[in-house]
Amino acid sequence: MSADHDDGADRVWFEPPPRSVRLPMAPPTPAPATITLEIDGREVQVADGSSLLDACASIGVETPTLCFLKTLTPVNACRVCVVELEGSRTLVPSCARKAEAGMKVHTDSPRVRLSRKLVLELLGSSVDLSQAPDVARWMARYDAHPERFGADAATVAQPVKDDNDLYVRDYARCILCYKCVEACGTDAQNTFAIAVAGRGFDARVATEADVPLPASACVYCGNCIGVCPTNALVFKSEHVMRGKGTWAPERQTTTDTICSYCGVGCTLTLHAQDGRIVKVTSPLDASVTEGNLCIKGRFGFDFVDDEPAGDG
Amino acid sequence: MDLRIPHSEPSPDERAAVDALLGAPASGWDGGDRDVALDGRVARRGLRAIEARRDLLLPAIEAVQARVGWVSKAALDYIARRLTVPPAEVWGVASFYHLIDLEPAPPVVAHVCDDIACRNAGAEDVCAALGAEGAVADGATWKRSPCLGLCELAPAALLVRAGATPTTEVVAPATAAAIATARAAVDGPADASAGARRGDARLDEVRRSVPQAGDASLQLLARVGVVDPGSLDDYRRHGGYRGLTRAIELGGAGVIAELTAGRLVGRGGAAFPTGRKWQAVAGQTERTRYVVCNADESEPGTFKDRILMEWDPFAVIEGMTIAGLTAGAEHGYVYVRGEYPVAAARLQAAIDAARAAGLLGADVAGTGARFDVEIRRGAGAYICGEETSLFNSLEGFRGEPRSKPPYPVAVGLFGKPTVVNNVETLANVPVLLTAGGAAFAAQGSGTSTGPKLYCVSGHVARPGLYEAPFGVTVRDLLALAGGTSRGRPVRAVLLGGAAGSFVGADALDVPLTLEGLRAIGATLGSGVVMVFDDGADLPGVLRRIAQFFRDESCGQCVPCRVGTVRQDEALHRLAARPPAAAVADDRALLAELGQAMRDASICGLGQTASAAIESALALGLGDPVADAPTTGGAR
Repeated sequence: MSADHDDGADRVWFEPPPRSVRLPMAPPTPAPATITLEIDGREVQVADGSSLLDACASIGVETPTLCFLKTLTPVNACRVCVVELEGSRTLVPSCARKAEAGMKVHTDSPRVRLSRKLVLELLGSSVDLSQAPDVARWMARYDAHPERFGADAATVAQPVKDDNDLYVRDYARCILCYKCVEACGTDAQNTFAIAVAGRGFDARVATEADVPLPASACVYCGNCIGVCPTNALVFKSEHVMRGKGTWAPERQTTTDTICSYCGVGCTLTLHAQDGRIVKVTSPLDASVTEGNLCIKGRFGFDFVDDEPAGDG
Repeated sequence: MDLRIPHSEPSPDERAAVDALLGAPASGWDGGDRDVALDGRVARRGLRAIEARRDLLLPAIEAVQARVGWVSKAALDYIARRLTVPPAEVWGVASFYHLIDLEPAPPVVAHVCDDIACRNAGAEDVCAALGAEGAVADGATWKRSPCLGLCELAPAALLVRAGATPTTEVVAPATAAAIATARAAVDGPADASAGARRGDARLDEVRRSVPQAGDASLQLLARVGVVDPGSLDDYRRHGGYRGLTRAIELGGAGVIAELTAGRLVGRGGAAFPTGRKWQAVAGQTERTRYVVCNADESEPGTFKDRILMEWDPFAVIEGMTIAGLTAGAEHGYVYVRGEYPVAAARLQAAIDAARAAGLLGADVAGTGARFDVEIRRGAGAYICGEETSLFNSLEGFRGEPRSKPPYPVAVGLFGKPTVVNNVETLANVPVLLTAGGAAFAAQGSGTSTGPKLYCVSGHVARPGLYEAPFGVTVRDLLALAGGTSRGRPVRAVLLGGAAGSFVGADALDVPLTLEGLRAIGATLGSGVVMVFDDGADLPGVLRRIAQFFRDESCGQCVPCRVGTVRQDEALHRLAARPPAAAVADDRALLAELGQAMRDASICGLGQTASAAIESALALGLGDPVADAPTTGGAR
């Protein structure tokens, strides 16, 4: 240790400059231009860059969507959100099509109703949609009757893939919306454990060579569960309870809190039934997570119900 | 990227196949021998460089398939490691293509076409004589295939022999005995270009496919059978590269002006004005641009592009070179369907010869402009003929179509502005420039200008590729093809292939032009003219078309993925001769399915998947009762 260290008499202390009173701020961005288009005969003004789906929502026109989620890149695969755009030979997907000035859009024309009805019927006749929220309501709205394709219509029915302790994959409920693949890939997790494999009606979400999840690259973040619209991907806890008939959403409460595992500060929504946590989600609009969590935040809740061990 | 890739060991053959394409691995990180001391000091390239190799994914998978006859999971893992692609995505790509076998398969496979043209010519009898599909005997097996593009030689089969030097052989007309003989041969054909033999023998061979070959009045087919497809000198002696010379004189704007004056429109089926497409790319601010030749000809009944590539490959390369200079692109790709090995080999030879002569490369024909061409092979997927699916396939992703807009002229291959043209369109370019736009536009009629290739097949005496101006009638083509083959009257004609539409015998005198056919609700599409006489099994043909779309839907969007299945099921129900009320229900169902697929599918496949079937039912063709095959005419 230096001798100077204790000798403070002739030391010159550095004086920091006075603090700026101006808070650091991002440079101002120009407000996006507003464009005007026509939806169902009504004039609509939206910010440039908005989708037709946004434009419809802005005037209260409800558009059914299955493969769309605001935090993911639109894949416009389900085609249930199609609208009629004057001048376009085919209907256009409202989730992916950008609004342009002067567009004339119809959201409830006979062509739109027919395509939405058929999409719902085609899915309803091939996939188990019983746990997909809103679908039954849309089926009624568009007068969809999936049973008219006959009892022998091909389906994607198959056994549940139950190969790990945290979540199960019930692909009999999979509508191939690509959301889980996007969440596992570049839209959120960058793990790439799953991709769409096969082709046509045999196309499916799969790990490489369909190996069980523990043999795949899966890190069990569960972000695929978070985006699944049909409950094809579901917590093991929920799956077990549904199997026993004890799953009762009407008895469930939700509590928002902050995950205590690390310093990131992810918002957790704890779903509890009869005083026990049964699953964990995160709100899509939470600024830290945008709905995504890691294995600890999503699945690490069992300890809450553990009895204290030893003499503690 | 931090990927989890299983450590599985590929076989020496699999490793050799991949290394032959990608070079030896540089370190243990990308699949080489692990060396603890050295691997710790390896700096891997950045993400951008890794992404830039993703387009080698399908070629690597194809290399293993060609070498071994199937692709094991260990081979896929090795490819994943070499290219830094997630194994799940490698699996997703490999499982997309029907020419890639992911289960152990013998080295020799006969792909037997059972699609509509071959079906007409007795393919079902061939299949029945071959026994159980997929059964392995003496290191060989056979499987059914969608249209192989050999319709003029129907029934046809393609024998593929995996190995260090993979070989293929066309067996046509295919019989069980001919296929057995071909697959019993130890080494396969000695020379893939055996068909390019000299002089009269060549002309005789070509005339099996192009009955008009040698006729001096031909334009697009002028050199077919006349020149040696492997000889650049021969090509030049017969007018080759005059189009390029003219294009260089004219300059980019001049070429576009000529194309516009000639009113050339795309020959792949969509009939988009070629001049407008090239101009749109030339006007982009993005400087990196591509030219793509769509040679994924897979429309059932279509074989024109195969013949052009096999017998006049330099014309395709010349057309691409002109496109490259005009649009300001430095790199071009030809995406050749996997079922066309001879076309790919001859194109490759033509590219090599053109490059050696300074007609491709860093200084094209002394202009100072750079342009070169690379061949990529498809692996069995009709959807990859859709331009944006083709881009995805070429980039190493699943061949699923993209949403349009944006259009390829702005955001195409690798996200860059791209000219994508059909083979026949590109072959028209030198013809147009040599003749001049005005002279080109003087042929044909209305908006349909220039010469056109017609793929005539079915119940005609001389099926084959015919060149005739736009505006000829089916009756004219029938006369060229020697009339019907069995002396029976024409019952129906399929125009435009499986994605086209049927017309009845009353339409034999409708001029085959874009506008003429539009007027009767039909389409010329890719130029398919498939003739069915009154002994044809039309209900069976319709079911085969429905099966085709069910098999070939990529599965991305719901209307097509499930709609094609429901359409197929409804046709099978109709074939069971249900009571009248049930027939009415299924007819209504088919109409609604067709409307939804046409309106709501992402791409042209789903949008046209019901066209032929609906047109047939509207004409009363394919009625399960009225149109069941009559005795003795079960084909």
